[in-house]
Amino acid sequence: MSDQLVKIRDLWLEGRSDETWNPIINGVDLNLKKGEVLGLIGESGAGKSTLGLAAMGFCRDGVRVFKGSVEFDGIDLLNASAAVKRDLLGKRIAYVAQSAAASFNPAHKIIDQHVEGPTQHGVMTKEESEADGMELYRKLRLPNPDEIGFRYPHQVSGGQLQRAMTAMAMACRPDLIIFDEPTTALDVTTQIEVLAAIREIVQEFDTAAIYITHDLAVVAQMADRIKVLLKGDEVETADTRTMLTAPTQEYTKSLWAVRSFERPLKSPVIASAVPVVSVRSVDAAYGKVPVLHDVSFDMHEGRTVAVVGESGSGKSTTARCITGLLPPSAGEILFDGEVMPPSYKRRTKDQLRQVQMIYQMADTALNPRVTVGNIIARPVQFYSGLTGKALRKRVDSLMDQIELPADEYYKRLPSELSGGQKQRIGIARALAAEPKFIICDEVTSALDQLVAEGILRLLARLQDELSLSYMFITHDLATVRAIADEVVVMKEGRVVEQGPKREMFKPPHHPYTDLLLSSVPEMDPDWLTNLLAERGVDNIGDAAVDNM
Amino acid sequence: MINLIIYLAVIAVAAWVMRFAGQKVTGNAPKFRDMTYGVAFGYVLAVALIAWLAWGYVQARSDDPLVANKFFFLKAAIEGFVIFAVAAWLFKLAGKTIGTEWSKKMFRSMPLTAAFGVLVIIIYIVVAVFAQWIAPYGQDEIIQGAAANVTAGGNTALGGDPAYPLGTDQIGRDILSRLIYGAQNTVGIAFVTTMLAFLLGGTLGFLAAVFGGWLDQLLSRLVDVLMAIPSLIFALLLMTIASVWSATLGIPLTVFMVLIIALIDSTRVFRLARAVGQNIVVMDYIEAAKLRGEGMGYLVFKEILPNATAPLLAEFGLRFCFVFLMIAALSFLGVGIQPPLADWGTMVRDLAGFISYAQFAPQASVTPLLAAGAIALLTVAVNFVVDWMLHKSSGLKE
Repeated sequence: MSDQLVKIRDLWLEGRSDETWNPIINGVDLNLKKGEVLGLIGESGAGKSTLGLAAMGFCRDGVRVFKGSVEFDGIDLLNASAAVKRDLLGKRIAYVAQSAAASFNPAHKIIDQHVEGPTQHGVMTKEESEADGMELYRKLRLPNPDEIGFRYPHQVSGGQLQRAMTAMAMACRPDLIIFDEPTTALDVTTQIEVLAAIREIVQEFDTAAIYITHDLAVVAQMADRIKVLLKGDEVETADTRTMLTAPTQEYTKSLWAVRSFERPLKSPVIASAVPVVSVRSVDAAYGKVPVLHDVSFDMHEGRTVAVVGESGSGKSTTARCITGLLPPSAGEILFDGEVMPPSYKRRTKDQLRQVQMIYQMADTALNPRVTVGNIIARPVQFYSGLTGKALRKRVDSLMDQIELPADEYYKRLPSELSGGQKQRIGIARALAAEPKFIICDEVTSALDQLVAEGILRLLARLQDELSLSYMFITHDLATVRAIADEVVVMKEGRVVEQGPKREMFKPPHHPYTDLLLSSVPEMDPDWLTNLLAERGVDNIGDAAVDNM
Repeated sequence: MINLIIYLAVIAVAAWVMRFAGQKVTGNAPKFRDMTYGVAFGYVLAVALIAWLAWGYVQARSDDPLVANKFFFLKAAIEGFVIFAVAAWLFKLAGKTIGTEWSKKMFRSMPLTAAFGVLVIIIYIVVAVFAQWIAPYGQDEIIQGAAANVTAGGNTALGGDPAYPLGTDQIGRDILSRLIYGAQNTVGIAFVTTMLAFLLGGTLGFLAAVFGGWLDQLLSRLVDVLMAIPSLIFALLLMTIASVWSATLGIPLTVFMVLIIALIDSTRVFRLARAVGQNIVVMDYIEAAKLRGEGMGYLVFKEILPNATAPLLAEFGLRFCFVFLMIAALSFLGVGIQPPLADWGTMVRDLAGFISYAQFAPQASVTPLLAAGAIALLTVAVNFVVDWMLHKSSGLKE
């Protein structure tokens, strides 16, 4: 028997949409040796997950194999009987899904779900498996390993749940684990813990893995080899180090180049200038739960202030206070030096016009039943009263600014646009009000890297042309590097540190800023190893936050 | 009982043999290889049932009237099923080849059940609108000398009369004409009632969703109180009160019935509209519109309503069926649509006595079932169309 574990040869997969079969994967080969970790990267729609599932001999509903073969340890998975596959899946092949919260059954305790695989496959008894589960929890450095399994999934945090899921996949000591974007939904400080845990346990049990992600820096830490996919075609495959230092294909190079986008620094703000928006010692609460404590910062004309922090740190709540959706319980919001009414209901039309928002999820930010033209036309009409030809002309010029041809897109519905195009329409709608100040709430986090870069460049250009101020809410520090002039770091509803970008990215830092910065994966394949050596395994991620 | 057990045992053995033989003959093709025993059992059971149906159909065509009568209704059901299936198929075929590009595409993606539903609804609408011209007699026209000839089919050998293809009722009114007029009365009134229920429930539901707070609490608790009372009993109670008023005020009782049923059903519409509205209100585009300073009218009609049409339309179909059945039930109980107006519920009540003839003279018991069948057919048709629309609006593929 060779040491080849998975052998996919010339695999073609098709998916059904609009009553026809469209190709998803076009003749991809894949080899995986025992104990090897393969990174699969590509944009959304590249077919990464479909290929990952095909390696288990599984097709989602509406997907079928057109031709090709999938072999696992000499077994032809595509022609294997249901009984043979049942015996393999869970026992020798395991799967870790993107959202552990959605993959655990909320009605059962974690350990009960953990023991199901080993007992069903007859690998262990229930008692053995429970003891083994606790051992795995300990190895994955979950807090209270002897006790955590007896909780229900909603009683543990997202990062812990993701590790519990990895433990569950490990329960039968499989030969192969498919990780489908296991850290995409997590904060950076949590992500690093999960990454360290996964890497350690995969190495310890010499498990082969297919690691699916769109984040290059993450895959650089995890994989021995990387395969790049583009629209169902393989672009190239190489060792991680070769791939990072010397990619041969143009597409791969362009993926690498995204991270290098950085706009030139601007001259510092004149001290006497009146800020466009000024947040003055704002406190806010949802009901009786306090969320913000004494938040203050200024935003100046033509500048971008990036507000960074983990989920739950109060970034979006600050934005809601500025827009007036959540009136602050103390403090005030100044616009051009004048105090604005706390609730949007009491603000004048002109005050509302000056503050616009661009949302994270373009899907929910655009009314799916209204055409693109009307989405942009409505604020123009509402604020300036333009009608007829003048209105159409203004909409055309707005669409010109966001680089979408008006003739082609005017009559389309949002569902007929790609993610990046939708986000551009969201930008156009904000611009239509001719505001001075725009809040960008995680505008690029739902987009692929190349598309996100296009949006960032567009925003930067618009800022130069119209001297807009942006409040840029993000958790992605690469985005901050690319676009920010000033940075505000938030944690648990407080401003931890603020200042111009170049000062923020230079030591000395506040310890929390330092932790945030050091947790962002870098393209260097040794980054995680070095970081672990430097900080120690118990001083990363949430554990480090608790230690502070 | 013993027979049933023997039949099941035979099917169980046949299922095992079929699976085993299938595996041998096809050389372990995936279809047979991965077939569980339960599935094999299901196949054989289905075949046995179809065989039984075929046998029953042959029996129904037998010359011996005793045997034929025993399977009379089975025969009617099988023939009805086949005729409707063929009609629906032809209708879909016609829709696919005739019409605009848009309608052709719609018919192509339409399942056969939906085609059947659309066809039946179109027929009902045509019959209801043109009842005056289609019906051979008036709905309250008493034909002298034809009283209580309930034998349908017009076969003189069995005692029918070709002049009245579906027979006449106890006081000599043509049943076919009354069925046709019934479509106009029952369906028309049900439609008006449903529209009213939607106007009331939909408007209040959206308002409750957008405003929230005390208005939402007030309306929702009011609706809870109304829903807590069993609807048919409540309707009966209110109809009893209304019958006194209608006499003193001179307003037809039917008007009261429409209002009462609309009120009772609007509570269900309210809940749906509120729930759908609440899901839409939390969307970012509503937030964007609010921050723009848009008024309530714009929010409800331009932003929320277009996104709520699919579930509301589906609910309209279902609600229409319930309203329709409620009217029929009230009429059956004698407080709904009043004579001499023809109404299916009333017709079932008037002719209900004949159902007991089913065992030995099935032709005679058909008559009361015709009106009931008309109700059932429309209910099934509307539900098929609603299913299809729900499926389409949910965006599920396959």
